[in-house]
Amino acid sequence: MKEFKYVITDEVGIHARPAGNLSKLCKGFSSKVTISANGQSAEATKLMAVMNLGAKKETEITISVEGDDEEKAAAEVEAFLKENL
Amino acid sequence: MEKFTGKTIFGQVAIGKIFFYSKEKQQVTRRKIDDAEAEIKTYEAAKEKAIEELGSLYEKALKEVGEVNAQIFEVHQMMLEDEDYNDSVHNLITTQGVNADYAVAVTGDNFSKMFAEMEDEYFKARSADVKDISERVIRILNGGMDMGSLKESVIVVANDLAPSETVQLDKEKLLGFVTELGSSNSHTAILARTMNIPALIGVKISEEWNGKMGIIDGANGMFIVDPDEETLEKYKELLKEEEKARALLEQLKGKDSVTTSGKHIKLYANIGNVSDLASVISGGAQGIGLFRSEFLYLESDDFPSEEVQFAKYKQVAETMGEKKVIIRTLDIGADKQVDYFNLPKEDNPAMGYRAIRICLKQTDIFKTQLRALFRASAFGNIAIMYPMIISVDEVLKIKEIAEQVKKELDAEGIQYGDVEQGIMIETPAAAMISDLLAPHVDFFSVGTNDLTQYTLAIDRQNAKLDDIYDAHHEAILRMIGMVIENAHKNGIWAGICGELGADTTITKRLVDMGIDELSVSPSMLLRVKKAIREA
Repeated sequence: MKEFKYVITDEVGIHARPAGNLSKLCKGFSSKVTISANGQSAEATKLMAVMNLGAKKETEITISVEGDDEEKAAAEVEAFLKENL
Repeated sequence: MEKFTGKTIFGQVAIGKIFFYSKEKQQVTRRKIDDAEAEIKTYEAAKEKAIEELGSLYEKALKEVGEVNAQIFEVHQMMLEDEDYNDSVHNLITTQGVNADYAVAVTGDNFSKMFAEMEDEYFKARSADVKDISERVIRILNGGMDMGSLKESVIVVANDLAPSETVQLDKEKLLGFVTELGSSNSHTAILARTMNIPALIGVKISEEWNGKMGIIDGANGMFIVDPDEETLEKYKELLKEEEKARALLEQLKGKDSVTTSGKHIKLYANIGNVSDLASVISGGAQGIGLFRSEFLYLESDDFPSEEVQFAKYKQVAETMGEKKVIIRTLDIGADKQVDYFNLPKEDNPAMGYRAIRICLKQTDIFKTQLRALFRASAFGNIAIMYPMIISVDEVLKIKEIAEQVKKELDAEGIQYGDVEQGIMIETPAAAMISDLLAPHVDFFSVGTNDLTQYTLAIDRQNAKLDDIYDAHHEAILRMIGMVIENAHKNGIWAGICGELGADTTITKRLVDMGIDELSVSPSMLLRVKKAIREA
């Protein structure tokens, strides 16, 4: 399992569009990607659950990736976060 | 004739017949079904159709209102494909054996409640999106019609309008809309602003208005039903003027405020309240050059709290986005009196205890405002401007207090942005020592009204002196020239936020002197832009 942390810099937080794109991205991996924030966690493929984490700007989120392609998935998710959130 | 008040989304006039739009009540009743598998297939087909509809709405919106505003429909597509949402619908159908539309209605309710209960305003507002997508699927399942095209030009009155409904409305036929629900941050409100559609929200509506004449008075947040002849004529005149201005705007739209010699002049707007923001945006201002913070004090019965101020400044900063918002600290005193300040009556208030003089004596009032301003600066591009400066010493004191405020915020771990701090040049003293003031500030903004009255020793309120009150007096123009020169020598910019800035007969001279910014009332933006482009 791979795990890393990321602090949201987007003004609105994890809002609908990036959450949707993230979910699309994660559907492409065989690994399971989980995002935790504010004491809750959600599978990254589930858009509404991810939005429901209510991760705003400055929130530290933890991403854990588990599965066959976890190396690749973790790297791509991290790049996505840096680029979009 | 009846008048109703509401909150302005886009402040212009619309006159026309009222069309009362009531969503066809989606009759969703719970039924027992036998074949769950077939029901799920029905749901999937309806969902696919909904996603397809959203795709064409996205394309339509992309053309009409741009990428940023079209995104909402892409988001709706994504939401409809959400795993949890779909699992919930499937589960209800299989485990409870209920009909698809009922399963969607229950799921939609649950998910929209989930968002409604969130703290953050942005996430809270998403509950409307969940409702919107659910209603779309239910409508398809029930074989309902899409919002029909309008047959004649109308003002649409509705309880609420979903973003998809707003975009579907035929723009050629839509004069304006009035709703009872909705917030100024809703997508519908944003779309109305982008599409330049006069709109009011928060109006107590009635189905009986259908077919009657209606007038939206956006500037005053008023909706008039069944106007009398006189009122109708008055608004028709107003509408004509607005159309003229709009035609001018069309011509200048997207064009820069750049002079014939290629110099870009920043064209900003002066405003006195949050409600003026719509006119700033529709006028195409590049920023706000003077936001008078007095309204916060004048509207209140006691000193406005930090939170109250913060909320307003934040709203302005967020609405303007990356554009600069220069907020002037309180300028109470002189002709603007507030009871709870308990200011003694003065013989000569224009030269009395006012503005920064109050702030530097009663620093608690000042610090509250600065804290609110710095906190709000994290949400946009805020700059702070201090009025009535006469000495370097005052500027140093102000900066010391501002530093204290920043340190306090640091200690509390509260974020703030990189805030430009400038001063108004509205006393002859400040103009004369602008070379000494410039190294300590980020910009100068000349307040020509006070500067003229102090320089010419003419009381602005005294009508007898109107004939010798010369706004173009050489003394004033020379001072402005000096201020610009001293600003540039010190690498800062200089602008004008007084009435002279909007005086198009002098624009060329100001441009020749090297002015960097002109801040004018929203209604003057286009005329000044025209003058700049001809200078």
